Amino acid sequence: MDFVLPLLILAIPLGMFLFLGLLGMKMSPKLAGVLGTLGLGTVLVLAYITAFTYYFSGDPAFINAEGVRQQLIVFNVDWLAFTQNLVIRLGFLLDPISAMMLIVITTVSFMVHLYSLGYMHGEKGFQRYYAFLSLFSFSMLGLVVATNIFQMYIFWELVGASSYLLIGFYYTKPSAVSASKKAFIVTRFADLGFLIGILILSFYTDTFNFIDMTSNPGGVLASTGGATFMGASVLTWALVLIFIGGMGKSAMMPLHIWLPDAMEGPTPVSALIHAATMVVAGVYLVARMFPVYLVEPHALEFVLIVGAITALYAAAVACTQVDIKRVLAFSTISQIAFMMVALGVARPDIHEALGYMASMFHLFTHAMFKALLFMCAGALIHAVHSNDFTAMGGLRKYMPITHITFLVGCLAISGIPPFSGFFSKDEILVAVYEYSTFWGIWMTLVAGVTAFYMFRIYYRIFWWNEPHYHHRPHDCDWTMSFPLIFLAAVSIVAGFIPFGKFVTWQGHEYIIHMNWGIAGISVAVACIGIFFAWHVYRKESDLPDKMADSVHWLWEAAYHRFYWDELYLFVTHKIIFNGICRPIAWFDRHVVDGTMNGMAYVTQKASYAIRGLQSGKVQMYVWIYLIGVMLLGAITAICWM
Amino acid sequence: MESVGSIIVYWIIVLSIVIFSVMTVTTRRILRSATYLLFVLFATAALYFKLDYEFLGAVQIAVYAGGIVVLFVFSILLTSHPGEQTPNLESRKRVLGFIAGLVTLIVAGYALVSRCGMMCASLPAMENPSMHKIGEALMGTGHGQYLLAFEAISVLLLACIIGGVVVARKR
Amino acid sequence: MNTVIWYIIPALIMFCCGVYGFITRKNMIAMLISLELMLNAVDINFVVFNRYLFPEQMEGMFFTLFAIAIAAAETALAIAIIINVYRSVKNVDVSGLTKMKF
Repeated sequence: MDFVLPLLILAIPLGMFLFLGLLGMKMSPKLAGVLGTLGLGTVLVLAYITAFTYYFSGDPAFINAEGVRQQLIVFNVDWLAFTQNLVIRLGFLLDPISAMMLIVITTVSFMVHLYSLGYMHGEKGFQRYYAFLSLFSFSMLGLVVATNIFQMYIFWELVGASSYLLIGFYYTKPSAVSASKKAFIVTRFADLGFLIGILILSFYTDTFNFIDMTSNPGGVLASTGGATFMGASVLTWALVLIFIGGMGKSAMMPLHIWLPDAMEGPTPVSALIHAATMVVAGVYLVARMFPVYLVEPHALEFVLIVGAITALYAAAVACTQVDIKRVLAFSTISQIAFMMVALGVARPDIHEALGYMASMFHLFTHAMFKALLFMCAGALIHAVHSNDFTAMGGLRKYMPITHITFLVGCLAISGIPPFSGFFSKDEILVAVYEYSTFWGIWMTLVAGVTAFYMFRIYYRIFWWNEPHYHHRPHDCDWTMSFPLIFLAAVSIVAGFIPFGKFVTWQGHEYIIHMNWGIAGISVAVACIGIFFAWHVYRKESDLPDKMADSVHWLWEAAYHRFYWDELYLFVTHKIIFNGICRPIAWFDRHVVDGTMNGMAYVTQKASYAIRGLQSGKVQMYVWIYLIGVMLLGAITAICWM
Repeated sequence: MESVGSIIVYWIIVLSIVIFSVMTVTTRRILRSATYLLFVLFATAALYFKLDYEFLGAVQIAVYAGGIVVLFVFSILLTSHPGEQTPNLESRKRVLGFIAGLVTLIVAGYALVSRCGMMCASLPAMENPSMHKIGEALMGTGHGQYLLAFEAISVLLLACIIGGVVVARKR
Repeated sequence: MNTVIWYIIPALIMFCCGVYGFITRKNMIAMLISLELMLNAVDINFVVFNRYLFPEQMEGMFFTLFAIAIAAAETALAIAIIINVYRSVKNVDVSGLTKMKF
């Protein structure tokens, strides 16, 4: 494959970032926005060409005679050569999942660019916003096409940085500033684990390259030589540490606390970064390293347990929140946890690692319908000027486009056929049931709760009784409506894509068969959830309060997100700040500074004491000099004798 | 044994050096002090001639006697009134100065006496360093040649000229 | 009368006179004159040792030569400073010049 196209995919967003970042203030906001959107439109076209060439051309470089898709390194340049063995390369890896991610990222990113033209209209710093969006697009594309784990780490940090910049976009708002700091610190904390994992892994395998590791996972295991640390093998440690990096980025428990607060950023940013693309980087990371994870199933067990617990936790919290963006944020956490669970249960002996394919499929469909839901939320917030659904109600009459598209998104995420979420979620459930019935029932329950909380906000926003609106809410202009309609259309049809043909863990084609038993159960559970939401929220009543009262303590705990933030605050403020930082600060202020101040004080006092010697009388100096010379002479004479 | 003439010349030189040195630092008129200094410098030049360093003696007369002393005289005339006498020194200061001079004399004299063997070396024969040799030594870069020092001195003198102009300039 | 010591002793006396003058005199120009005396005494030393101990070399002579040049430079600069001082305080008395202390 020619390297120009892939190179342009990375170069255009980067160039656009530099261009808008340096010259943005010199041009009108509108021009900057249109330029940014056009730039990303170009990338979209190029990425589609690249991905479709990869999937459909049948070129022997991409697909070999047995019908197995190949991993292809388009280019790979030495970037930093420390030693002969330690070389960090930047490259472009094309394989089924990276091609799929190219499509996801560019599609959602383009829609967000377009949507932001309307949503961010008239905001201060419009050009800066587009510059950051371009930076994010560049970083995310660089992340998914990374040829080696270190390149991935570099772009991993870059997406973290652009996420930080975009969450704190309204930097005059204290809550946005602290949210951006929180996101940065929590993910950085997790990235420490990632880095240590990378170092351990590459120390034993002598390579950063994904292909070297994944094509010979047995070799990776052998290279550690059976070394163990605290009862677990070194490879398990490395993989768990790498997964901790993914937990931070993908907001798995207990590192999930930054994602709900990240909703302080502009809503399109939430749609792009905190729903569709960046937060699934953790899933992508595990998928990328999946063959290595397979040789060490303990690490996969860890992924499964973290994912399953997070899924239920986030779904429970989502049921109680009133801020629609926070509901969507917890829903995102829950859905990403679904993908993690799918990866955690994927084994070659279960339908050729069906979970792997299901996870990627769900990643794809989720990106579309969650971006759609966030953009709908943005449209609602734009119309009502509030994030809380208590200020909404009865909006179906005023905003028909938003209503229909939101409904499509809710149906998709709830797993109602024939919407896309049904197919991907069904594959996940099949994979989980095949692995263990317990986790299967668990995840089915989570799916039911998902349907409940999504339809809870749906009915609360669009039905219920309408409050008094200051202005009549209305649908937005085409720049905001078009992405909604487009993504809704994708969410309807995406389930019919024969995903197994394109993305499977070893490149073999896999035909998806419906397991109607499991599908029937999950649809039934989802319908129960929807019915419950309909019963409680379809019109104004005291049923919600009664329901909350009936499980009072559970509801309160969920409303306070099970006190995770309080726990973190307690640990950081009470234990770390008071117990460790205070004494260190005291030591610094009194002992370190005190030493320095003391030295300065002594010098000053001594100077004052001896400044009388500097009398300005030249002949006095001569006397002193002379006496010194005489003494030296005398000493010399004595020594000679 | 050397000639009586050279002994007489030697004593004239030495006596004038000693006497005029003492008078330079004891006279109460500053202009006379400068004049006695001139005599000391002349006597030193004569000493160089007697030791067969004609070029050095000529430089001594030209630079010291011709240049520096003239500078002294000018500056004295600029800064003091003619005929002005410095007041008598207070005796304490004089005694202190005398002691300092004496101690210097003792220490340096002791150093000389303790190296007596070297001090008694007799005058070896030497051909006069010709102008040719001196010029070559000044302009060469080899062993025993001084181009670098020569250039350094020239830069120093230039800096000194500029510095003198800047410092003494009327503002 | 023809050994080193006969030349060194007058130079030594000259040097001691320089020391005495430098310490006792108050006029800055007089101090400078005493300084010249000391410098001259040292020059004589160089020349005499060169002549008596290493007649085939010229190090002492050149040292003196350069010392004379430097003395000229130093005197010129010192006198420029003295004249400048005189201009501002109408005095060349060193004991009055205590403004440069501390």
